[in-house]
Amino acid sequence: MKHTLVAWMRDKPGVLNRVSGMLRRRNFNIDSLQVGHSETPGISRMTFVVDGNERMVDQVIKQLRKVIDVTRVEDITDKPMVARELALIRVQCTSETRSEIVQIVNIYRGEIVDVSLDSMVVQIVGSEDRVDSLIDLLSQFGITEMVRTGRVALVRGTTERRFRRSTAVWRARANGTASEDARLTTGGV
Amino acid sequence: MTGAQMVWEALVREGVNVIFGHPGGAILPTYDALAPYEESGKIHHVLVRHEQCAAHMADGYARATGRVGVCIATSGPGATNLVTGLATAQMDSIPIVAITGQVPSNLLGTDAFQESDVVGVTQPVCKHNYLVTDIHELPTILKEAFYIAREGRPGPVLIDICKDVQTATGLFRYDMEVDLPGFEPWPSVDAEALAQAAELINRAERPLILAGHGVQLAGVSRELMELVEKAEIPVVTTLLGAGNIPESHPLSLGMGGMHGEAFANRAVQACDVLIAMGMRFDDRITGRLDRFAKQAKIIHFELDRAEVGKNVVPDVAVIGDLAETLPALLPKIEARRHQVWIQEINEWRADSQATDILNYEVDELIPPYVIRQLWHCTRDARPIIVTDVGQHQMWESQYYIHEHSGQLITSGGLGTMGFALPAAIGAQMADRNRLVWAVAGDGGFQMTLQELAVLKQEKNLPVKIAIINNGFLGMVRQWQQLFYQKRYVGTPVVSPDFVKLAEAYDIPAVSVRKPQDVVPALERALATPGPFLIDFRVKEEVNVYPMVAPGAAVDDLIRRPKPAIVQGYSGVEPHW
Repeated sequence: MKHTLVAWMRDKPGVLNRVSGMLRRRNFNIDSLQVGHSETPGISRMTFVVDGNERMVDQVIKQLRKVIDVTRVEDITDKPMVARELALIRVQCTSETRSEIVQIVNIYRGEIVDVSLDSMVVQIVGSEDRVDSLIDLLSQFGITEMVRTGRVALVRGTTERRFRRSTAVWRARANGTASEDARLTTGGV
Repeated sequence: MTGAQMVWEALVREGVNVIFGHPGGAILPTYDALAPYEESGKIHHVLVRHEQCAAHMADGYARATGRVGVCIATSGPGATNLVTGLATAQMDSIPIVAITGQVPSNLLGTDAFQESDVVGVTQPVCKHNYLVTDIHELPTILKEAFYIAREGRPGPVLIDICKDVQTATGLFRYDMEVDLPGFEPWPSVDAEALAQAAELINRAERPLILAGHGVQLAGVSRELMELVEKAEIPVVTTLLGAGNIPESHPLSLGMGGMHGEAFANRAVQACDVLIAMGMRFDDRITGRLDRFAKQAKIIHFELDRAEVGKNVVPDVAVIGDLAETLPALLPKIEARRHQVWIQEINEWRADSQATDILNYEVDELIPPYVIRQLWHCTRDARPIIVTDVGQHQMWESQYYIHEHSGQLITSGGLGTMGFALPAAIGAQMADRNRLVWAVAGDGGFQMTLQELAVLKQEKNLPVKIAIINNGFLGMVRQWQQLFYQKRYVGTPVVSPDFVKLAEAYDIPAVSVRKPQDVVPALERALATPGPFLIDFRVKEEVNVYPMVAPGAAVDDLIRRPKPAIVQGYSGVEPHW
């Protein structure tokens, strides 16, 4: 089954590579992956869709948490959520088919964002199903180019727990000698 | 101060006094800044002959001391040569910090001379890694690197420092706090899970402990012994868990898994509560997973959450540092005896011992005999045995009786041939007065034999070397014999005369061909100050038994073919 996971990570160079490299190395099947800024400066938010059984998803989450720059991971599959995807589709058209395409796009509450003599660019935002079904319909006219963002998602209702910055307090000590300090756990999940 | 000085200042503050490395263009400013530290005796640099061995030496040093080992290399080929050593450390959870030079930051990405994407190359084989392009980040990164390498489940961390950062100047402080949100090295212990585990153990009729490397890393051999004796629970170890409890103890069943003793594997399959401690259910110990310990409730004591449920789904998972969880568990455990269970295991043990190769009357030199004599000659000196990978490694774990944790240093997870000599040098650099034996096969030894030069260079570093020389890549040959109809493709090895080779490096050496010469040679090695090499020309086609075929269940063993003449052979046929 498909799971929607959200991961927050420090906005460091190469962090996307760290995460995607780990997923590839562990042979996890990722359907889609989207990264962008979160509400916290310096923290990026990654949404991805994993296809697998409970055990595999459990491993994905645990291995993600082991990546040093990843600060938090959540599986929001079973929570009420708003999940959206944006697609831009360049579809071939002629003077005969143009109006028909416009009608279809309107029904889907999409937008025509660019028009030329023999094609136009359609923008659609919605659930993956809606995007899929519009693409199905438009494919009869001939799709020459297409780009999709992959799923982005937010949990509905309750405001999400803000990312709390926490610090491991740790004093320098000689390498390998026993520490008198209590081991304090850092934040994260 | 300069970036180069910062590197050494950080190392001094971390208590590092030995590093292993090889200089080159991009790391030269850092080497240049090392001079005053070498002169004042604060840091000693060991020059290696190949960077892979710098990582292995840092690894051996870390395993022998429990401290962070440090290796250093230049950019490009120097750094890429480290990869095998880093992967070895990553698989076996060994804390090492690797420092590499990198081309100046304005040349990054231009395919400059000796440039390689080291951070990209080493990412999959490191716990974490850094590219430093800004002098102001360097102190923090150095501190974070040691912190990450050492805390929680240890692992290798690499710092790639651009040449211009090494020469730039900045403010150095090292008393800052490490700020790593999301890095949770020491999870807090769940009392509920601990109580459940204790209840399962107290109710068990046929309990068994599977003790792994984590016991050694957490330093809880003594607590484990307390638990074992209080509740009379037999212990099977993994390869890296050898010596977690003294193997001469009646409750020690030695190693389990692919080349574990038959009685140990039978115990694993027959137990009703399996207590896994600091181990990760590697395929080499579990065999076929869907037939592994089917009757058992499984308790998994583990620091790394990701290991729980990765291969085996436990009934109870106790997450946390064994140094915390095991002492917290002890008072909850009732003193018990499991006489019926222990007796059953001992019957299986007798059956296994009956077919032991050492009962054969052979006048040829066989490897298990060599290892057993090595144990006889060195047992009182509490040596560290460092093995390479292959048949001799398995024989060592079967026939050397490890009496304390950390006595065996070997590449378990990655199985890196060529590991023995450099790792033994690293372990010996930690303590020159300790007896360190490197045991290698003729194949693996030739992968890193250039490091023999280091023994001389480090003022006669007293590493003793035993080569189990059977003219084959033995373990691969064994697989070819058993699974590929004896088509020995690519496994016969032509070796140099190792005695002459040692002489070329000015190391005393002797060759042994007969069983009666083994002990005199070992005694001569022990009596000789400095390094010594023994080339054991053993019988060629000897196999490691028992063996679990890959993909078979652990009680589905290939046993040693019935011997022709056996002293004291009971005539009991194996049950499978």
